[in-house]
Amino acid sequence: MSIVEHSPALLVGIPLLAAFATPLISKASGKLRDIFVFLCLAFIFALAVVLISDVIQNGTRVYVMGGKLPSLTLPSGKTFPIRIILEPDAMSALMVLLTALIGLIGFLYSLQFIRAEGAPDKFYTLFMLLIAGMLGLEMTGDLFNFFVFFEITSIAACGLVGFRISEATSSVAAFRTMTIYTLSGLILLLGVGLLYGEYDALNIAYIASKLSFSGVDKLALALFIGALLMKIGSVPAHMWVPDAYGESPAPATIALVINTQAGLYGLLRVCFTLFGVSRAAHIGWLLAIIGTISILVGVLASIYQNDLKRLIAYTAVSQTGYMLMALGAGMAAKGELGFGRTALEGGVFHIFNDVISMGLVFLCAGMIYRATGIRDLNKLGGLAGKMRWIAVLFLIGGLAVAGLPPFNGFASKLMIYESVYKLNPIFSALALLCSIILLGVYVRLFYSIFLGSKLVEPQRIPKGMILASSLLALLIIGIGLLPGMVVKSLVSPAVGALMDKAGYIGKVIAGGM
Amino acid sequence: MKILLDLPYISCALLIGFGVYAAIFKSNLIKIVIGLSLVERGVNLFLVSLGYREGARAPIFTYAPTENMVLPTPQALTLTSIVIGLATTALMLAFCIQVYRKHGTLESDRIARKLKEKSE
Repeated sequence: MSIVEHSPALLVGIPLLAAFATPLISKASGKLRDIFVFLCLAFIFALAVVLISDVIQNGTRVYVMGGKLPSLTLPSGKTFPIRIILEPDAMSALMVLLTALIGLIGFLYSLQFIRAEGAPDKFYTLFMLLIAGMLGLEMTGDLFNFFVFFEITSIAACGLVGFRISEATSSVAAFRTMTIYTLSGLILLLGVGLLYGEYDALNIAYIASKLSFSGVDKLALALFIGALLMKIGSVPAHMWVPDAYGESPAPATIALVINTQAGLYGLLRVCFTLFGVSRAAHIGWLLAIIGTISILVGVLASIYQNDLKRLIAYTAVSQTGYMLMALGAGMAAKGELGFGRTALEGGVFHIFNDVISMGLVFLCAGMIYRATGIRDLNKLGGLAGKMRWIAVLFLIGGLAVAGLPPFNGFASKLMIYESVYKLNPIFSALALLCSIILLGVYVRLFYSIFLGSKLVEPQRIPKGMILASSLLALLIIGIGLLPGMVVKSLVSPAVGALMDKAGYIGKVIAGGM
Repeated sequence: MKILLDLPYISCALLIGFGVYAAIFKSNLIKIVIGLSLVERGVNLFLVSLGYREGARAPIFTYAPTENMVLPTPQALTLTSIVIGLATTALMLAFCIQVYRKHGTLESDRIARKLKEKSE
């Protein structure tokens, strides 16, 4: 009965309980609620740190829900697992850590942000629900459970997108996002059903050990990939991204960014663990091509935008494209050769970096909106005089997204360019070109918001919001200065765990493949 | 491949096909919600029909003998899926109400036009 042993269950249980306890506590006192939410998120973060250090040291963990013992995967002589099993490996633990970190920073930011928006108890409920869904999604070893958490994140995320109910656009945006999310969830469920029909099981490790690559299996794989590509907003279904990111309040937006990455994690889990990287070469090519198109579309569409948050949202589409491209290239190379491994590491490292840098940019956009109440770039200008610190933070975030040297985005993008170049130089050249355009986009954005003639008088920004953003900026600079250390201690074990299909199966079914 | 050629599965495919068509090509928001519900029903029907095994008993513990009983997993999945479907449909309809209150219409092209006019 140690806390390390039960950390996977607690990581899902605590935010889920906290989500529904928050409105009740809120009835008693607002201060008490803030303290309660903070304590929960801090505890989750501590648990995430405990989990990742344990997983990296001792390898993949299994946790059987409702079993006699958390480690008893095959009770009473059964040959296949029937209980829901959480199975966090190093990749899941990395995502869990990132989610917990964003949860904490999002809370620090929203402490003063959301009070002015009204209904903070409802915001925290949805926020905690989203965190719970993501943590479950990232740890589960069960396909149906994966679908359930997928839907929890969808519902909570759409609630957050439509949170500003007084604005004309927010409900429309929430409806559009919900349509895509629901459709992708149902496609995913259809795939789960197909696999259940074939193998009478839902456990990812068990199905992976039995998979025969029949026509039905391939159909299921296609459904999974299609559903998850919709969820992460890559090109054929990217239209929900500017709506969702543009309309949600800033602390919710960074949770949505990490929600997108959780979808990407699901894609990795399906491709690497369920179907195996050795079979996934042509899927890798497909993902790399979709990724490249996403980069192009995201960057080119962002040039014409005049709405601050929508513009940033389009650059977020292009960032997802970079990850897809790198991970696809790694899969196409089967991850074994030198550059295949670098591509995978670059992609996973970019997930890490993108959440932090994109998060900072969105938080800054939220502060600009709070100070002026304007999102139209033509009406903004000359804010640098009154908002010096925010200008610096925005510049750090923007340059990190564009991938300039002293910041974290550069480290991962360099790995991506180098490795993708060896797969196909065209991908790499296009990605590099788009990075340069991206730099131009952010320089223009910086110029039109902070420099030039002063068009509006900004209001004061609460200290807590600046503090939360500064934490992200510190992380950007820290990772940018020591990328090797982060790759070696966090990213490389994560990629190793992804590649180790036999190890993942072996934890559930003794004897492995 | 036999699994794809049975009558219940064909009706599932039809339901899902109609639903996806409505969700993508209809412009009325309510019709989109109906389309998504149709997809959900199709998937649920698929899950339930997966639970059928020839010569086995339905997993209902009454007077039926308990040997040779199928595993009730698909039924459990379908129940969960129905509950989730209820939540998503309710949320989407709530958004529809909000959209109607703000814009006075549920036709998505007209809403888009109104939003464009407003931003200009």
